[in-house]
Amino acid sequence: MPVTDVTTDTDHRSITITAEFAAPVERVWELYADPRQLEQVFGPPSHPATFVDHELAEGRTSKYYMTGPEGEKYAGLWDITGVDAGRSFTFEDRFADAETWSPAEGMPVSRNTYAFEEVDGGTRATFTSVYETAEGLQQVLDMGVEEGATESINQIDAFLAA
Amino acid sequence: MDRPTEDRADAMFHALADRTRRDILRRVLAGEHSVSALAASYDMSFAAVQKHVAVLERAGLLTKRRRGREQLASGDVEAVRSVSSMLAELEHLWRGRIDRMDTFLEEH
Repeated sequence: MPVTDVTTDTDHRSITITAEFAAPVERVWELYADPRQLEQVFGPPSHPATFVDHELAEGRTSKYYMTGPEGEKYAGLWDITGVDAGRSFTFEDRFADAETWSPAEGMPVSRNTYAFEEVDGGTRATFTSVYETAEGLQQVLDMGVEEGATESINQIDAFLAA
Repeated sequence: MDRPTEDRADAMFHALADRTRRDILRRVLAGEHSVSALAASYDMSFAAVQKHVAVLERAGLLTKRRRGREQLASGDVEAVRSVSSMLAELEHLWRGRIDRMDTFLEEH
């Protein structure tokens, strides 16, 4: 398992995932820099992603959409807020209208930092996402969660744990 | 667990035991829907859908408000999921994504 550490903070609605890949940093960076590669790993198999515009440069906006099992489209924007080429980048991820690409009003934003460092010829990647609201977190999950019984079970779990 | 909590658990399990109600809940968690728009999604009468919405409302899983002649329903995110369980789900999504990255990097 390449995931080495997971840290969650419920007070700030943040998650930090550390993973190690058996590939050099330049190779992992390229995966994020190239929209054709990124879209192959970004969305879950049930919701494949398509990046319409994507360039890892500060001030640029990436446009992507995910397609659900019933053909429904969920569009999103990455506003790239900082790039340290080959090492890290930061971006704000927000929902958008799939037709006009305008940011969805009053919809949640997450702030993300993806960082990469060399470890024994491989790459240690640290992915941090901070969600503004519980609703925002919910909506992100609604895009990627398998429909059906798991969700109900999770809801019941959540209730019993509350 | 005390009695009110048990009663609430009963109502919630009962509400989630029905496939249509789970589907309605998923829709209203994603955003506010009018009951008539919900009814259009199912092969059943408006009254039947309204009953399902009422069961979800009694279980505290959705809230209703009126706008003119419309009834608008939205899911109560807090009631349905705690933040910690959502972060656990997000972790699951990330694990899948990282697995895909790992496989992709090995193959290319």
